[in-house]
Amino acid sequence: MSEADCDSMADEAGETAALPLDPLPLTGWHRAHGARMVPFAGYDMPIQYDGIMAEHHWTRSSASLFDVSHMGQLRVTGEGAGEALEAVLPGNMTGLGEGQVRYSLLLDENAGVLDDLMVTRMADGYYLVVNGATKWDDIAHLIEHLPDEITLNHMTDHALLALQGPGAAGALAALLPGVEALFFMHAGAFAWQGHELWVSRSGYTGEDGFEISIAADAVEQLADALVALDAVKPAGLGARDSLRLEAGLPLYGHDLDPLTDPISAGLGFAIPRARREQGAFIGHAALMERIASGPVRRRVGLLLDGRQPAREGATLLSGGREVGTVTSGGFSPTLERPIAMGYITTGLAATGTALEVEVRNKRLAAQVCALPFVPHRYHRKEG
Amino acid sequence: MNRFFTEEHEWIEVNGDIATVGITDYAQEQLGDIVFVELPMPGTRVDRGGEAAVVESVKAASDVYAPVSGEVVGVNEQLEDEPSLVNESAETGGWFFQLRLSDTAELQGLMNEEAYQAYVVALG
Repeated sequence: MSEADCDSMADEAGETAALPLDPLPLTGWHRAHGARMVPFAGYDMPIQYDGIMAEHHWTRSSASLFDVSHMGQLRVTGEGAGEALEAVLPGNMTGLGEGQVRYSLLLDENAGVLDDLMVTRMADGYYLVVNGATKWDDIAHLIEHLPDEITLNHMTDHALLALQGPGAAGALAALLPGVEALFFMHAGAFAWQGHELWVSRSGYTGEDGFEISIAADAVEQLADALVALDAVKPAGLGARDSLRLEAGLPLYGHDLDPLTDPISAGLGFAIPRARREQGAFIGHAALMERIASGPVRRRVGLLLDGRQPAREGATLLSGGREVGTVTSGGFSPTLERPIAMGYITTGLAATGTALEVEVRNKRLAAQVCALPFVPHRYHRKEG
Repeated sequence: MNRFFTEEHEWIEVNGDIATVGITDYAQEQLGDIVFVELPMPGTRVDRGGEAAVVESVKAASDVYAPVSGEVVGVNEQLEDEPSLVNESAETGGWFFQLRLSDTAELQGLMNEEAYQAYVVALG
């Protein structure tokens, strides 16, 4: 084994480390709880505690606490904030009810994806959660395109926790009675020990769960209270990645980037019909062209034969011809086999299509499969 | 004592001209949950420093380089079905492959256990 390989493990976990790393509110807490830390999105973050496999299984069977404070939490307020956001985001912002959460996208003029994000309607505006590695660019993009009378507030004094798993609702309700009444993609304000919490029933694992925004100076107290519950253990970025891959959820910077449009990525659901017809958002013309012509390639799931995983960058082949690329790949702890996501020529995107993946000069058999790999278990309002 | 260690975190147990090779406990700890090990074909010749095996964890792939030159005379076939054996017993049952040494003088630059432990401690 080479020393470089150990370093590359850290690099693969996140973006290239820009030194010095900024501490997050829970950096010391993670170390005290035995986490192995890596550079991620410019921060010092936990990749694992007990091991990725154990944390992954614990999340699917009980509940795990993830620190996602590296993500950007933004508030957009002011008269006409909804209309102003609709000029930047392709979703229906003005039609959202208070406490409703939507998945949305930041697009450039070519309908390339600059970031994916969650938007929540609040009483006095909107709350956005954007990716950590892209937050500074997102803020610059929003400042450039939002009118002066709209206020953008980067909530750097807030931390963000995710509690994920079938045991999450029971565990969180022990601290926040009533939180169990929230449905998937709904959010509300709760009070705990004199602190104001903003809680969304959402997440990035495919399981039921919550994301909790809290003042940075109170987050350690909340993390302690959560892991004191029998159902809850802390988990790191490694399990977060294997869980979201099984859930078929794209990871920005890997499965999504400015050269990828929402239609190729299978994210057309984030652009409702009314907005497609109405237009007046960045990237609309390019997006409509892409819808009319049909995407050249599509994001698909891949099941590999054998046990060897295919990683990001691996080439997909059909009849010896290059037909696509793996954008995320790893070993599925739940299915106990290698799985991957990638982009493939539209004609070969049908479920069941047999392919080959080139891994370390070998060609492994694979087939296209429907996403998610592991069924979502969200607590939806209907059904 | 006929067990040697490399800076690349491999151990080599020498018996006559046969060397058994694996990765150290420190290495498996760093890699995390191991899900796949690709072993060399018996009969292949490997050169010191050349790629000999691949170990894949949930998170990443790493090369294992041959610590000494020789001919592959045996591989641990149990790792094919049970790669987690490397996590459980890296320095015993989780061995990777056996070589017939082509030059025992290559062993001279390697560390003994004590030197390796000091090396690992120095890595922090």
